[in-house]
Amino acid sequence: MQTQTELGKLLEWVEIMRGRIREIVREWADQEGNLIMMLHAIQNEFGYISRGAAGELAKETGISMARIYEVITFYHYFRVTPPGKHTLQVCMGTACYLKGAAALHKELERQLGILAAAGGGHDEFQLETVRCIGCCGMAPAVVVDAETHGRLCPGDMAQILHQKQKA
Amino acid sequence: MKTIHSNAMIQATINGKPIEVPEGTSILDAARQCGVRIPTLCKHPDLLPTAACGLCIVKIAGRERMSRACATELQPGMEITTHDGELTRIRRMILELILSTHPNACLTCKRNGNCELQTLIGEFGVRDDRLEKHIRDVPPDHSNGSIIIDFTKCINCARCVQTCQKIQNVWALSMLNRGINTRMAPAGDISLAESPCIKCGQCAAHCPTGAIVEHDEVATVWDALEDPETFCSVQIAPSVRVALGEEFGYPPGTNLTRQIYATLRRLGFQAVFDTNFAADLTIMEEAGEFVQRFVHGKGPLPLITSCCPAWTDYMEKKHQDLIENFSTAKSPQQMLGVVAKTYYSEKAGLDPAKHFQVSIMPCTAKKYELERTDEMFASGYQDVDVTLTTRELARMIKQSGLVFREMPEEEADSPLGEYSGSGTLFGATGGVMEAALRTAHFLVTGQNLAAEAINILPARGLKGVKEAEIVLEGTTVRVAISHGMANVDKVLDKVRAARDRGEEPPYHFIEVMACPGGCIGGGGQPYGISDEVRRKRMEGLYHDDKSCARRFSHENPAIQQLYKDFLGEPLGEKAEQLLHTRYKPRKAYQR
Repeated sequence: MQTQTELGKLLEWVEIMRGRIREIVREWADQEGNLIMMLHAIQNEFGYISRGAAGELAKETGISMARIYEVITFYHYFRVTPPGKHTLQVCMGTACYLKGAAALHKELERQLGILAAAGGGHDEFQLETVRCIGCCGMAPAVVVDAETHGRLCPGDMAQILHQKQKA
Repeated sequence: MKTIHSNAMIQATINGKPIEVPEGTSILDAARQCGVRIPTLCKHPDLLPTAACGLCIVKIAGRERMSRACATELQPGMEITTHDGELTRIRRMILELILSTHPNACLTCKRNGNCELQTLIGEFGVRDDRLEKHIRDVPPDHSNGSIIIDFTKCINCARCVQTCQKIQNVWALSMLNRGINTRMAPAGDISLAESPCIKCGQCAAHCPTGAIVEHDEVATVWDALEDPETFCSVQIAPSVRVALGEEFGYPPGTNLTRQIYATLRRLGFQAVFDTNFAADLTIMEEAGEFVQRFVHGKGPLPLITSCCPAWTDYMEKKHQDLIENFSTAKSPQQMLGVVAKTYYSEKAGLDPAKHFQVSIMPCTAKKYELERTDEMFASGYQDVDVTLTTRELARMIKQSGLVFREMPEEEADSPLGEYSGSGTLFGATGGVMEAALRTAHFLVTGQNLAAEAINILPARGLKGVKEAEIVLEGTTVRVAISHGMANVDKVLDKVRAARDRGEEPPYHFIEVMACPGGCIGGGGQPYGISDEVRRKRMEGLYHDDKSCARRFSHENPAIQQLYKDFLGEPLGEKAEQLLHTRYKPRKAYQR
């Protein structure tokens, strides 16, 4: 029974997704260069572009999956996997980079690796790099979800992750 | 495919030599016309330039930067230098960079000996790995039984992607990511078997390296030939006879039918048949079907041919609303298989369970067709056991030690080796239509086409969509012929538009072959395809047709005997059971 309910929920969700994608396609139909705009709309709506969503978009627009994936993978902005619960954006702008952003990134990768080896929790985090976030005075900076942390050193990284895990 | 703006000629100089070429000619083509070959790994004569590899760079006097000859039009008065010490050094560097991401696996590579990259590496004298190797760690894709992709050998020239997307309109292959991470992969990182791939093999035919190759089944055939319990028979497709010779130094289009028969016998095949025989049989069924639909109104028009398994796969995935329009007649390969395992086995007193039937085809999709549906087992066994492409047969002959050029001329085995000129035409675009119309004319009027009208010329040639009209008893039959899947879509869209408006169909009969040029340009044919090669191979078949004593499928005495002794009537009960198949919608994407 349990699985039937879960399946029912999933199917319901798929129908909602299809409906929303149809709306997005209607909204952008007949506009030149609309593929990127539709992909943006889908990612804004669902957080990423799932294979199912791409397939639905292909069906509704007649654009091939090959072309859709060429575009999705060309632009770094588009995601094909669900986003993590928390985002860690290491600023790699010139100031942050000179002040050691790469070491922060490396340390975050290491810490997430430790979490993974210890049996999980790493997939709650999504590690990204961004270009200048306009906080050069705080370099090197990391944006954790919407909160900017500045003047960091690699030793601070474990603490940041720990706080978010507790939250 | 180059854009010719007008008939105007322009003058320029290449390596100090004056040259006159039509306006719009690329520097690459202009150089070739004055006896200079500029190396390239990404530009193919069938394809538009992508300027991906950079090998074709040349110097243009007065310009600071070098230009890519494939993507630069020759302009009046240009002074071009195609070769000097500096250009050679740069080209060698580009090759070394390509080699730094390419495995040194030439000895065991399927393209060993005919790889465009290997050839250039040799010509430029690259003799060591100066640069650190960065080989992608990704397994090959063996998911589809016709074509294998080895991603590590891909040099990102994008020829296969342009072929798959623009010529074939299949979109199974794509270029993903960007910059240094750019890579070729089936549509969005799925396996080839999960993609809309139709197995036509045009990607393999255009690949400069061993990144995309046919699934090699030579070993399976050797095993069968060596098994004393097994009776091995073989059939050769129409287009193989005018292309195999290229592997042995003959010019394209040389018809070597009888030498191939002799060679196959010496390889150990106990019976040598000709797919052309079954092409005549296909015509009996398909022309019969056409007359049923056209004259008696039994079934929808247009009738659409279905001999090409890449095409039927495409249709089942993409043109599902037209499935009823497809001829149910099996392809010649499958017809020959079922007749060999039933009629021939019976006549020769063979146990069909021990009869092993091999087909030599120009085509990688034919491998897929063998198990396409239950109807491919109509004899009670798999009707054809293994398909080898022309390239695989050439390798087999070379392994055997037989000196192909010294083979005598022999005949095929009776009765499945006799063919009419119509049968041999199947190998070229328009050939099935020409053969079918010859017999349809007879079925409707009771008379053969007059000698001067036998060659249905509008059906011939390399135009992507050909149209023709033929009058049967005062009624005009409108036909269309298309090859290259992107052209097929145009024809079917026209049919659909007429249907949606409730109008009469624009055509009564449509022939489709997936590969440009038809089977003579198939994905399993010897490498080096271009329109020039296609034309020569086509000429070879037209010449074979012309030199046949009988030019009409319905006049093939072996076919007449087969119906009399075994099958009964065309479209009769037994013929339906053994010689026809059905189509069903399939999903284009498995995920």
